[in-house]
Amino acid sequence: MSPEAHVPEVPEVPASAALPPESGEPGPVPGPVPEPSERLELTEVGEWKRVSPKYVLVEIVGTIVNAVVVCGGATLLWLLLDQTWAMWVGIVVLVLSIINLVFEPRRVRAIGYLLRVDDLLFRRGILFQRFVAVPYGRMQLIDINRGPVARWLGLADLKFVTAAATAGVSIPGLAEADAESLRDRLVELAESRRAGL
Amino acid sequence: MTEPDASAPAPLAAPRTDLTDGGWHHLHPATPLLRGGIFMVAILGFIVANLRERLIDLFIGDENYGGDPIDAIYERGATGWALLIIAGVLLVILVAFYLSWRMHTFRVSGESVEVRSGLVFRSNRKARLDRVQGVNLTRPLIPRLFGAARLEITVAGQDGNVQLAYLGSKLADDLRRDILHLASGLRQSSQPADVPDPLASTSDTAAAAAQSGPVENAAPTLIGPATAHSAFNDFATARYNEFRAPELDPDAAPPESVVRIPPGRLVGSVVLSGFTIFLLLAGIGLIVSVIAGSSGWVLVAVLPGLIGSFGYYFSRITKSLRFSIAGTPDGVRVGFGLLSTSSQTLPPGRIHAIRVSQPILWRRSGWWQITINTAGQASGRSSTPATSSIILPVGTVADVEKVLELALPGFETQTHRALIENGMLGGRKRDAGVADYYSNAPARAVWLRPFSWWRTGWAVSDQVALIRRGVLSRDLILVPLARMQGVRISQGPLRRRLRLASADLHTVAGPVAASLSVIDVDEALVLFKWMSTGAVRSALADTSHQWSRAAAPVPTPGATE
Repeated sequence: MSPEAHVPEVPEVPASAALPPESGEPGPVPGPVPEPSERLELTEVGEWKRVSPKYVLVEIVGTIVNAVVVCGGATLLWLLLDQTWAMWVGIVVLVLSIINLVFEPRRVRAIGYLLRVDDLLFRRGILFQRFVAVPYGRMQLIDINRGPVARWLGLADLKFVTAAATAGVSIPGLAEADAESLRDRLVELAESRRAGL
Repeated sequence: MTEPDASAPAPLAAPRTDLTDGGWHHLHPATPLLRGGIFMVAILGFIVANLRERLIDLFIGDENYGGDPIDAIYERGATGWALLIIAGVLLVILVAFYLSWRMHTFRVSGESVEVRSGLVFRSNRKARLDRVQGVNLTRPLIPRLFGAARLEITVAGQDGNVQLAYLGSKLADDLRRDILHLASGLRQSSQPADVPDPLASTSDTAAAAAQSGPVENAAPTLIGPATAHSAFNDFATARYNEFRAPELDPDAAPPESVVRIPPGRLVGSVVLSGFTIFLLLAGIGLIVSVIAGSSGWVLVAVLPGLIGSFGYYFSRITKSLRFSIAGTPDGVRVGFGLLSTSSQTLPPGRIHAIRVSQPILWRRSGWWQITINTAGQASGRSSTPATSSIILPVGTVADVEKVLELALPGFETQTHRALIENGMLGGRKRDAGVADYYSNAPARAVWLRPFSWWRTGWAVSDQVALIRRGVLSRDLILVPLARMQGVRISQGPLRRRLRLASADLHTVAGPVAASLSVIDVDEALVLFKWMSTGAVRSALADTSHQWSRAAAPVPTPGATE
């Protein structure tokens, strides 16, 4: 793993930004609401790293395969066994898949991660948005997985596993070299911030 | 077993047993018997009794023998052979037991606990002491009658326990203390060299005494042969005293830190459970069906179940009777059980999340329950799980405060008390005039949480995150930020409409889920920031993996006291 150039930069975030109160003063004191914003959006965190645009292909292939299998099954049921409801199921799945395909590029663009000083940030989703922060010190292991399509495109998924019941963070669609250097970087960061369990 | 010198109590930091010297030691000689040997013998007896005719047929082959097989054997003059066969079978069993006992050894060193076992399939398990999540001492009923106990060292992960089953009762107590001391990072100043024969000789059973014969290696015998004819008397007295002894060593914990549950309250709490409602409904249904004139089969079908449910009540109550929770220098000690007892020690910093909850039926009596998440939960294999995620089965508000003080050391100032009390009882509407300390969900959350929106809120204080929620069944969740594994905020289309979001604090697997279903969008961002920075900061400041190291940088004997 020689290419040092792939190592993502750790942005400098002022560590004093919005820290919890030391003690004594319980409860958060939410500041005045600046302006009504409906979307969940983290500000002042820096530039999000995006996953490879080629990952759209993986998602598209996945959606198409799914749709073909379900619609094929539904068609068989409909034609061979004369089950009319299967036709409607097939149509609904087909329509949903097409809508999915249309939004696929935007959904992939919405996936992002960010290496902060002490934790890993991750975001994904447009309609169902979510943001996750996992401190490096909580890392238990890192998985790198490659599906068939992803391998063909030279992509890999990286999974950051913690001791928590819910899976930690899974970053899909990284270039293979990126994934490996990111893994090494994360392991290194976790080593320097190890915090038991 | 090992009665220490009553006249000279050992200094506190010196090990009480010499089992922690890093050498291999044997378990209690009756171990194979207690670990299922009794059942094996019983099953063998059962099979022989049931297949008597067949066996006779097989060995004698005489179809027209009549009556008692012993008579038949006698008549044939085969008494000698029969006795020989019986002696042979007994010998085989004894040898098997002895070998399995010989092969089952453990060792405790400064860094780890290791257990080797198995006759044919050898297994070896080693746990690092600085990863210990808890030490449990269990005394199931039958081993308890024999004066034996099971020591279980929990580490993180499914089925990641190291079991020392079985040890002498007193020995197990002392070994637990020594293991906790080693794990706390407190170095021992001296090895126990001056104890000449620390293991006093009391006999267990005649069989055990016979088995414990000559032991070649340096490991001390746990049980010596009975020398005095009063050995059985001594044994009985010792067992009786152990049985009556309080579960919690009186000088292990300051009495003001001990929480106990009056039996009346315990019975009440079990009776006021969802199961009772189900039972009442079933009973009413039964009566109605009888009155409506249905045939008797309903009665026959349901009545045994109803009667059997009293067994459930009985086991629930006996399991939680004699419950005590106390703070010891090596962590929180939770003990419970009437017939089979169990006592669990949670070193500091092993509690990942705490839930204080009140089912609706308990509201009138003002009772609460405390459940925790620990990393070493769910030892799926053992039939009587030693660990319990409930560290307070039922208690008043004062009890809850005491237990939370033990579970979260340092979380005990006036403001913290106010936070806890508000979290348990308060809510936005109710405390309109009073300072609530919680940051509550906005009124528009009523669309998603029509009843509980006014109690849904969160707070952070002193590296502990608090989440308040639920109206019918009230919940207060506390998560030490130093243990938190991550934080997530999310928003779907419905919540976006209402300018709301939801938040989850990730903790290790367990019954407590720290999630906040509704929160204002902007506040969710504040929460995210505070939780993520707070988690990092308090994890850096946290030193509880070797909890005595921080307290005593230069370890000296007795430094913990």
